[in-house]
Amino acid sequence: MIAFRFAAGAACVALAITALAEAHEAAAHGFAGQRFFPATILTDDPFVADEISLPTLTRSPTGLDRSQEIGIDIDLAKRITPDLGFTIGQGWTHLKPKDLPGATGLTGLNTGLQYQLFINGPHEALGLVGLNVGWAHTGRVAALGAPDVTTLSPTFNFGKGFGDLAPELAFFRPFAVTGNLGFDFPTKTESAGTPNPNNFNYGFALEYSLPYLQCCVKDVGLTAPFNRLIPLVEIAFTTPITRTERIQTVGTIQPGIIWSGTYFQVGAEAILPVNKASGRGFGGVVQFHVYLDDLFPRSIGKPISEWGR
Amino acid sequence: MSNVIAVALVAAIASIAGGTAAKAHAILDHTSPPVGSTVAAAPAVLSLSFTQELEPAFSNITVTNEAGQRVDLGNVQVPPGAPAELRVGLGPLPPGTYTVSWRVVSVDTHPTQGSFQFTIGR
Repeated sequence: MIAFRFAAGAACVALAITALAEAHEAAAHGFAGQRFFPATILTDDPFVADEISLPTLTRSPTGLDRSQEIGIDIDLAKRITPDLGFTIGQGWTHLKPKDLPGATGLTGLNTGLQYQLFINGPHEALGLVGLNVGWAHTGRVAALGAPDVTTLSPTFNFGKGFGDLAPELAFFRPFAVTGNLGFDFPTKTESAGTPNPNNFNYGFALEYSLPYLQCCVKDVGLTAPFNRLIPLVEIAFTTPITRTERIQTVGTIQPGIIWSGTYFQVGAEAILPVNKASGRGFGGVVQFHVYLDDLFPRSIGKPISEWGR
Repeated sequence: MSNVIAVALVAAIASIAGGTAAKAHAILDHTSPPVGSTVAAAPAVLSLSFTQELEPAFSNITVTNEAGQRVDLGNVQVPPGAPAELRVGLGPLPPGTYTVSWRVVSVDTHPTQGSFQFTIGR
């Protein structure tokens, strides 16, 4: 109950911040000035959008108990107004514990409400606040460990391109970083005798945009498909902060690459656990991601508030 | 798969079936003179080629010198037969570094903008 009150308070603070934010020209699809931010796989995007990941295929690193897991996820982001959006996502997973039969089924349903706090074009900066909800009993709880508790997760997502660096640092201008800061507040303190801790989530993606190099710094003669490549490294951590006997941070480092086209992008990353508690060996993830605002600019790609205009 | 996602997928398929024309953000593809290049003499025309067709009335280029003074001829146009290209004339220019600022709107109303520099050899 305390966790729920804390979460509700955090949500109210987030909403208050959004109410104070000044109006701005909204640009869907991850633009801030001349900077295009691709949709990253691990790090939540700092912009409201009309996009769908269909699908994201994940082969997780081997678990601590030597279990193997493969997942297929679908995520939709949709703008309600130019600055307000929602997300919804769910997955299917196959879990194979060592020396035991495998189990398959749905993971929990996740939804989110997001507000674009600011877009600063000249400084290529973005900020977004959101409240994500992982819903209890929307996946296969007993066999797959899907949540039996609803979790509220307020977040702040940010992005910054380095296009405003000094001229002598021109070749660093294609760099950009996006990141997330957030908390998990389960609405039940324990499940089947196991505590549900509050978590602090933090992570970032560091990108070097070859399209930006070509368009805005120096045309080095790259041709397709290399002129649309964005190499990146994503890092994410989760640290329990309450109801835990010892603080054990888990996370992954995911080096990879994104190819961004006109209507869709394709991304692939390796998954490297940061410590033993995060898994063994390495995994991988690939994603096909569609820009609905570019594919359907006059229908479902527009904010819902503009449908019919 | 949740019912909500299924509904979204059905909506997407229905939109495809409805024959919506697909247009997108106009991304700068290449320029003449090239981005960041050094050329021996000022070109008569500066040309920017985009990945999508442009809305001429809402697309513009300005070229400024190192003092921030505008040096293009102001005759920005989308040439006939090249709907994804934007051009502006340049007069005789002395050696120096010039900044090209552009803002375009693609035919589906998506705006994009940017800037780059080129140098006329000193």
